[in-house]
Order: sequence, then C-alpha cells, then structure tokens
Amino acid sequence: MKLRVRYSKLGKIRFTSHRDTANHFERAVRKAGIGLAYSGGFTPRPKMSFGLALPTGGESLAEYLDFELAEGVDLDAAQVHDRLTGALPLGYGVVCVAPIEPGSPSLQEDVVACTWQVALSGVSMAAAQAAVDSTLAVPMLLVERERKGQRSTDDVRRCIEDLSVAAAADDPRPHLCAVLANSGRSLRPTELVGALFPTLDPVDLAGRVLRTHQWIERNGGRQEILAEAIAAPPHAECA
Amino acid sequence: MNSLWARVEPLLARVQKPARYIGCEDGAATPRYGPGKVSWLLAYPDTYEIGLPNQGLQILYEILNERDDSVAERVYAPWNDLEELLRGRGVPLFSVDTHRAAGDFDLLAFNLSAELVYTNVLNMIDLAGVPVRADARRPEHPLVVVGGHCAFNPEPLADFIDLAVLGEGEEVVAEITTVVREWKATGRTPGSREAVLRALAHIPGVYVPSLYDVEYDGAALMAVTPLYPDVPAMVHKRAVADLGEWAYPKRPLVPLTEVEVFRGCTRGCRFCQAGMVTRPVRERPAEQVRGLVGSGLSATGHAEVSLTSLSTADFSGIDGLLDSLDPALCGDQATISLPSLRVDAFTVGLAGRVAGGRRSGLTFAPEAGSWRLRQVINKRITEDDLYSAVDSAFSQGWHRMKLYFLTGLPTETDPDTYGIVDMARNCVRVGRKYTNRASVTVSLGGFVPKAHTPFQWFGQNAAGELRRKIGLVRDAAQKAKGVNVKWHDPLATLAEGITSRGDRRIGAVIERVWRAGGVFQEWSEFFCVARWEEAMAAEGLSLEWYVTRHRDEHEVLPWDHLSAGLHKDFLWLDWQEALSEHGQDDCRWTPCYDCGVCTGYGLEHMVASNVAPAGGSQGTGQDLSHGHESPVQLRSAVAVHAAVTR
Repeated sequence: MKLRVRYSKLGKIRFTSHRDTANHFERAVRKAGIGLAYSGGFTPRPKMSFGLALPTGGESLAEYLDFELAEGVDLDAAQVHDRLTGALPLGYGVVCVAPIEPGSPSLQEDVVACTWQVALSGVSMAAAQAAVDSTLAVPMLLVERERKGQRSTDDVRRCIEDLSVAAAADDPRPHLCAVLANSGRSLRPTELVGALFPTLDPVDLAGRVLRTHQWIERNGGRQEILAEAIAAPPHAECA
Repeated sequence: MNSLWARVEPLLARVQKPARYIGCEDGAATPRYGPGKVSWLLAYPDTYEIGLPNQGLQILYEILNERDDSVAERVYAPWNDLEELLRGRGVPLFSVDTHRAAGDFDLLAFNLSAELVYTNVLNMIDLAGVPVRADARRPEHPLVVVGGHCAFNPEPLADFIDLAVLGEGEEVVAEITTVVREWKATGRTPGSREAVLRALAHIPGVYVPSLYDVEYDGAALMAVTPLYPDVPAMVHKRAVADLGEWAYPKRPLVPLTEVEVFRGCTRGCRFCQAGMVTRPVRERPAEQVRGLVGSGLSATGHAEVSLTSLSTADFSGIDGLLDSLDPALCGDQATISLPSLRVDAFTVGLAGRVAGGRRSGLTFAPEAGSWRLRQVINKRITEDDLYSAVDSAFSQGWHRMKLYFLTGLPTETDPDTYGIVDMARNCVRVGRKYTNRASVTVSLGGFVPKAHTPFQWFGQNAAGELRRKIGLVRDAAQKAKGVNVKWHDPLATLAEGITSRGDRRIGAVIERVWRAGGVFQEWSEFFCVARWEEAMAAEGLSLEWYVTRHRDEHEVLPWDHLSAGLHKDFLWLDWQEALSEHGQDDCRWTPCYDCGVCTGYGLEHMVASNVAPAGGSQGTGQDLSHGHESPVQLRSAVAVHAAVTR
C-alpha cells in the first residue's frame, strides 16, 4: 500500500535541511516499526519519496512525502498517523495520512503552486503595501540570482500568481501572502522579498517564512494535495 | 541562566549549515536545572560534524544528565561564519541544547582528541567571554577542564586550563561535581577559586597545573613540582575496572548506534598512544553488547550498528557475537560496521558479515612497508596476513581498499618506504583475481611521537624529510596500476609535533597562533605553518629542540609527573627493544611483562577468552620467522609479470 503524509515543520527544526528531514523520517519510520518496502540491489533503500524541498530555515504547514508499506504490513492510515507522530523529532507534526492510488503522479510533478506567508521585520505596513502594489503593476520583474556558479537575470513576474499584505492576528508585522507558481525555475520566497525591497537585506527582512499550502489541479480547479484542514497547527518545538 | 535563542536565531539564517547550532538530535537530553545543581558544558573544539559522534562526550553527557546533582549541555566550535556574526553582534558562545551562554556554566569541559585543535580551545574560551589565561579568571567564571587522550600531556595548555583529567571520565565527573557543588553552596566568594582548585587537586586523576612549579635550565626542563604538600607529586590516570558497569551511551546522538565492545588494547604498537594509555583490556560482556545494540536500534531507528574499540576483531568470540546479532538486525535492514580491524584477525567469515550488502570501502592499517620496520613498531602483521585479509575482502565483493601507513618511523630507511608501494601493488594484484576494478589507496601520515609511548624519546622527522619520503611513495606508485596515494601535509605534522611533546612554554606559541587568526588548524584551508614558525621564533623557541631532537634516557619529560600507569623504565626498555627490532607479545594472551598498569592499579584484563582470535599472528605462538616473505603465489605472479614486460 502506498501512503501520502502531510506534515508540518515548525520551530528550531526549520534550520535542518531537506536532506536532514528525509533522514528524520527514515529513522522515525524504523523507530515506529512501520515496515517499508525496500528497493533491491546492493544498497537497498526504503521506498520513500519527498515532495518539493523546503528551503533550509523555512517553516511549513504543508509538507508531503509518499512511502510504500512492505507486503504483509497490516497498518491502516490512522495507525501510521499515530505511530509516526510518536516517533518524529519535536518540531514535526503529522497533519494527515491517506492512501494513494498506485500510479498517481509524483509530488514533484503534481504541484502547480505554493502559498507562502512571510513576516517582514523592519518595514511598515504602508511601505509593504506600496511595494506589493508597484510589483503587481509592472509587467516584468527582474531578479539577479546565482545557481551553480552561474549568474543570471530572470523575469520572475510570471511566477507571482497572487500577492497581498496583511497583519497577522497575533503579530502586528506586515505579512506577505504570496502564491508562487511551481513551473520552470521557481521563485524562492526570499528572492521575492529581495525583489520587493531591492535596497534592503532580504535575510534581515524575511523574519519568518512559512509555506501554508501546496496546490494541485483536479477537475479544472485547484486544491490542497491532502485537503484535511489543520484546526490548530502544532507549534511544538524542542526546548 | 537565560536562553540566547532570540539573539541566535536571526544569525542562523546567515550561516552555512545552521542545523549545527540547534541541538534537537534524537539522543539530546532535556537538561533539568535546579538550585545547587552543577552545570557542565561539554565542549568539542572542532566542527559539529566531527564532534557529535565522539563517544566520550556522549557518555559523560548522559551520565551527568542522569545524576541528581548535575546537568550537562554541549557545544562545538562554531564555524568562522557564525564566529564572525557572534563577535560582530556581541553574542557569546552558546550551548546547542538550550542556547545558554557558555560563560554561565560552572564547568567548561573540553574533549581533546588532537593537538591541532588547541587554538580552537582558546577561541572558544574567548568566545564564551571568559579570560583565556587561567590566572585572570575570577570566581564567577567557569572552571576550564580538559580531558581525552591529549590531556595526558596537557602542559602546552597549562596556562589556559584550570584542570586536566587523566584517563576515563565515568567516575571522576561525579567526584568533581561534588567538590564544585560545595563551592557553589558557599557562594563562590572572592578568592574561593584557588580553594576549589586545591580541593579538586585531591581527586585522583585530576591535575591542576597552577599548583605546580616548573624549573628550567636554559632550554632543558629540570622539574615540575607541587607548590603545596597536599598536592600530589604524581597524578595517576583513572580507569574503570569493569566496563560492564557502564552501559553508555544508551541514547546515541548520531545516526548510527555505536557500542563500545571493549576498551584498552595491548597489541602494543609502539607508536600508538591510545593503546598505551587505555590499558588494560576490558571487554564488555557479550550479553550487554547485544542488549545495547537491540535497545539502541529500537530507540533510535538507526540503520547501522558500529562495534567500536581499538581493534574490534580482537573481541573474544567476535564471530559468535555477530551471529547472535543477526535477529536484531535482519528484520530492520540494519547493517554492522567494524571500524577498526586488524588484518591478522580479518577472515572471510568476518568479511562476509560486515556492512551487510554494502561494499563501499574497507581500511586496513599495516602502518609500515617492511617486516623489519613492523617489528620495530611492534605491529607484527605478516605480508601473508595482509594478503589473506585483502583476499577475503575482495572475494566478498569489495573492490576498493584503503591502506594506512606511517612514514618517518624510527629506523625507517628508503627500502622500508618503497615497501609500502610493493604491498599496495600486491594487494591490487590479489584483487584483480576477483575484479578488474580493484584499487588500493595508500594513505600516508607523518609520524608524530606521542607522550607515554615507547617512541616518546624519538626525534620526529623534519618536514623536508617527510616530504622526500612521501615523494618516494608517490613516484613509485605512479608506475603501479590501481595504486593511489594520499598524504597528510608534512607541515601540519610539524605543527602537531610542536604541541604533542611540548612543555608549558609552548602555551605562548599557541596563544600567538590563535591571536594571529589561526583557528581550525586541522583544516587545510585554515592551516598556515608560517604562523607556527613565527610564533616559535617570537618566543625564542627552537623547532629542533621540541620536534626533531632525540631525547635521552635521563631527560625530564614534560609529562613525567603525570602517569598513564606505564613504568617509565618499561617504556625505555620497549624503546630499546624497538631499536633492536624485537617485537613484544600481546599480554592478553601471553604472560605479563609488567608494563605497570595492572599491577599499579590493581586492575586486570577482562577478556572472555584467553585465546587469540583465529588467524591472528601475534601472541599466538605462530612462527613469525618468515614474516617478511611474500606468499609463494604472489612471488610467482611477479616473475610472470616481469617476463611479460621484458
């Protein structure tokens, strides 16, 4: 049976990398006694695949992974949910677990866009609103960035599907809410902040980066991959 | 004590690998602070990745957190990107567990496993906001402690530390805690720092350098003597009698379960400080090993078990142990690794067992290229031993092997050095029987004589001489197909030589190197020999005196007032035996030759079997007179090869 897990990653653990997270889950699954199917060959690997990487330092309410249970493992999604919850390091929360059809598209290719919330430190609400308005007004937004030693200047305007700013209930700082497309080379939230405020330091500015949704398209509409709502996002983190 | 997290968090967004500084590991403890509890900050003066697996630190971390009167947290050397931010924004060094300021702990205890980290020790003390020199510290500052193998000659750090602990820490940390707790209870009043250090000096195994006077006559050291009658003239190491009473660590921090199967080694390799200072051999009961493996795997979800010791194949009944571990491992796809294997105890059976399906790489350490030189260093493995181990490994699916060698060993001649390449070439030839991909990497280290070993009197090879010998190996290996050579920078070996057998005057050198920016000296991108040479010159000290000079029998050595249990006359005798190319048997399986440890400490070897492992050539009564001869098969192969090329 193939299962898909939606989980959150909040607090100090956000400083671990995507690779670290993969290791955390691999260990948690063993610790929880959830028998996974293994690949064959000289180096058997558990059949586990992760969705889009979360940038190191980013938090999330909507991370995903798929894994396949070994044949004969008699666990349903609810049991896997419980066991995994008990075995993960503090900072991760299992939101929901659901079986998926064999042959379903992989997470990496299925996601069309993500919603991000970015708390801005050191700018006023008015300044944030002005930056958002002027960005939405331009047809082209050039960002200079580097990857694998290659510098390039890209137009990232088409990556921004939606952008707004508001205060959060418990935090008066301006919070950007951005829907960023996942096609071609995607736009990182910190790159967006850099483009909005070219004269400020994006690392200082982006106080908290939180992925809230990952969207897929079904029947002509968009939906969260696993739509079960989070009533109260778990905010546990290590001491 | 308050958490610095709010000030640390914004910095972590700006550094490489921020996960180094957040704690949150599976085996991390939740320290429970309380009134009167003694707080230890266990420090590893190198990067997080290098420090985290250190078992000594993990053991003490667990023991101290289990006790009612102490708590322990951890800290590792911050990489230079974080250091710059900490200094720039005035944030002190902090613990990774709960992000408390390092200066708020009662003890700042460093694990020293290599000499080149000494400048990092100074850097971390400074980043903690604590005066680097011990004599400038006041009652509110933590006590700075060092332990680990390098603490057997702590003299180069004497100016910077409050105390050194010799030997194993399991028991002594409790005794230190008790004394420090009383000090805290009296309010750490002005002047009380000297009193607590005096009290700590009464604990066996604890050395307080400031309570000793050092006399020199020109360059020569004349004496190190206690300032007060109640301070011991000789400090003896600590050793636990029975490893079975200390089943730690139970909650490993690293993504593999490590179980120490025994402590100590009496193979008697004369260059090896670890083997000399950790005697006698104390095996963990096999039942406890099985228990720790099982509980370690289920508690952590790790995929690998590592059975550690100085020479794991020497564990009594290692085959039986591995057999009995199978049920715990198989269901979970977990694998076993045996990180220290002697070639004379590595059999086909063993080769088939380790690392499960993985066949990535395997390392053997013949250490010297000729039988003559291996007798000098007392690593008496025969060419046959090596080739049959290598044959076992290749036959079981490995195709890559690493061979460790030392160069610059006492009495080494160029034929010995060339022998390294011959052995590597022969290993490749053995491997080609099984796979065309067979390759051997020779890893060449420059020999640094260490305190408390029979080679402590030997003058280290100069950097130029080491470079020449490395050149011999490199050039000869170019003609040997499948043989690659890697080597350790001879200039780093020189710097290591300065600190390895240094006395207190080397402290000023370490401080100068640190002040000139010389941190992370084990890292080639940071190492700069000029800083060391300039610092030696500025202090008027001679490299020749400290590094390359042979010492004589009656010279006072900087660590003569510190005892690892070995009689100095035993070490001298063993040094003379080395020079006359005589080996020494392993006293675990042959009669005692009285090195001093067991008799002096009332300890005994604790081994389940008094018979050497099968295939072992040392201490088994096996005929070693043909140790230098290549097996017949290989010799004929050489002849055929020569005939073809002609």
